[in-house]
Amino acid sequence: MRDAFARALHNASKRRDDVFFLVADISPASSLDDFLAESPTRFIDVGVAEQSLIGIAAGIAMRGFRPFAYTIANFSIYRPFEQIRVDLCYQNLPVVVVGVGGGMAYSALGSTHHTIEDIAVMSALPNMTVVAPCDPLEVDEAVHASFGLEGPMYLRLGKAGEPDLTADAPEPFELGRIRKIREGYSVAILGYGPVLGLALDVANALDIGPEERIAVFSVHTMKPLDLKRLAEILNSFERVVTLEEHVEFGSLGSRVRQLAFEQSSDVDVQCLALHDRFIHVYGAQADLRNAHQITSEALVDAVKG
Amino acid sequence: MPLNTSLSFLRIVERWFSLLSKQEVTDAEARCRHHRRRILETSQLLSALHVAPAFSCLEIVDAIYFYSLNATSDTFILSKGHGAMAQYAVLEAMGIMSEEQLNSVCQPGSQIGGHPDRGNPGVIASTGSLGHGLPIAVGLARADNERGSDGTVFVVMSDGEFMEGSTWEALLIAPSIGVTNIVVVVDHNKSISRGEIPVAHPNMLPLAPKISAFGWSVAEADGHSVNEITTAISQRPRGQPFALVCHTTKGRGVSFMENEPIWAYRSPSGDEFVQAMDELADPSGDEE
Repeated sequence: MRDAFARALHNASKRRDDVFFLVADISPASSLDDFLAESPTRFIDVGVAEQSLIGIAAGIAMRGFRPFAYTIANFSIYRPFEQIRVDLCYQNLPVVVVGVGGGMAYSALGSTHHTIEDIAVMSALPNMTVVAPCDPLEVDEAVHASFGLEGPMYLRLGKAGEPDLTADAPEPFELGRIRKIREGYSVAILGYGPVLGLALDVANALDIGPEERIAVFSVHTMKPLDLKRLAEILNSFERVVTLEEHVEFGSLGSRVRQLAFEQSSDVDVQCLALHDRFIHVYGAQADLRNAHQITSEALVDAVKG
Repeated sequence: MPLNTSLSFLRIVERWFSLLSKQEVTDAEARCRHHRRRILETSQLLSALHVAPAFSCLEIVDAIYFYSLNATSDTFILSKGHGAMAQYAVLEAMGIMSEEQLNSVCQPGSQIGGHPDRGNPGVIASTGSLGHGLPIAVGLARADNERGSDGTVFVVMSDGEFMEGSTWEALLIAPSIGVTNIVVVVDHNKSISRGEIPVAHPNMLPLAPKISAFGWSVAEADGHSVNEITTAISQRPRGQPFALVCHTTKGRGVSFMENEPIWAYRSPSGDEFVQAMDELADPSGDEE
């Protein structure tokens, strides 16, 4: 996903002369080389200084540029939280804060490098748009769509090597709209980020034969949440399952339950999210998900009800 | 303990020629008395207002707006947001903020509050949380470079902001990324909410050599002399970001407010207001 981001940024910079790219002592792979070669003065490495990463980006945006402020997801929002709140959100400046390694992508590096509360924290901020693409294709779309915003965006990326999940999706990406990426009519799995790969695997395994029962939706835009379509989904499926690599508090699951309650829906809602505790497990990303019961077995159980 | 160990460092302003004429100095003094009276008048409409912090940086803000700032290419940020009344009073004197707007500060229905807010007349950045102004200013200055503008970004900071890590980040970064079109003016009143910096945080002092060590050109000045401030800014060396550490007195201009922490937040009551206005009256024979 980070390569897709760097490519998308480079492509955007070929079309427009207002793209600024700021990093905090990190590089999104060699894909950045093209941007650097063509726009060296619109790249800034501020060093290990996340508060200034955001503050400087705000100043640059005040002059009409479109800055992207990029670093590891946890550092991109937690250290400079007040700069994001005041400099970006309060002043409503179009800076894209790009967090690489969202969720537990840096699985072996420990909880200091995990970002499992970001959607809740960023969604609480007025003016903020929160986007979590599920694959490299959606990353490209999200970068492209960010230029249409007047205010800030938080873009949650995975890291590298994620497969494309949406090449054959029945619906196109549209910022702010829940996107169906697999047809189905009985059970809806809603999620965001690369963990949706698990949803597609489970759906494919359970739907044997020509009939597609399990629909999968990418809720790539977590704020503003597409409540209209969410309401339609609650009304038209027998069961709704949410899946996310994020704590339960302030999660997609809690938003779906809230809406189901508000519209007195009798649909069965099952939520898979991380537990309310830090993770002291190492290994691959799947090992950490296992520790919080984000597994295909658990998802199968949720889908079956 | 020496109250100010930094006075001996780089106090080069005295050696420079004076930029302002005697008449301009007299005009500036009269103007600053007027600004202070306007702030006091506004304070009578409210129970609480940052009066003393505004008096501390008043000559700094006046000097920048009246003698240093190129209105078409330069930018002003009051990073010391709690000095807002100083900026508002100067903006009113320049005709950028109206009398009605200044009188409405913090009142129901007003767009003008206790800290500068982006979108207010003459205000580009929302400040009030300390340590935010300098990184934003570095971004503005860097963007001006990219646009080919020769504008300078002026940032007025409190010395308390030099307790924020973000300030030192930005001080470190500015020269590293080639930003030289920036002038930081520090309102060094050595006073923070719970006391005096020389007592509570003596290792902050002296401030000037610390900023200098981060790759900035630094000078010091009397922060209540519009002439010294203007001269130092005008004579600054180019090719490096520049910081002017201005020695000031919190509550300057009203005897009972000077260096008294309570006046960081209070509005003067009736008798106090009369005495303060009396002290700030123009000498007899002078025009208002």
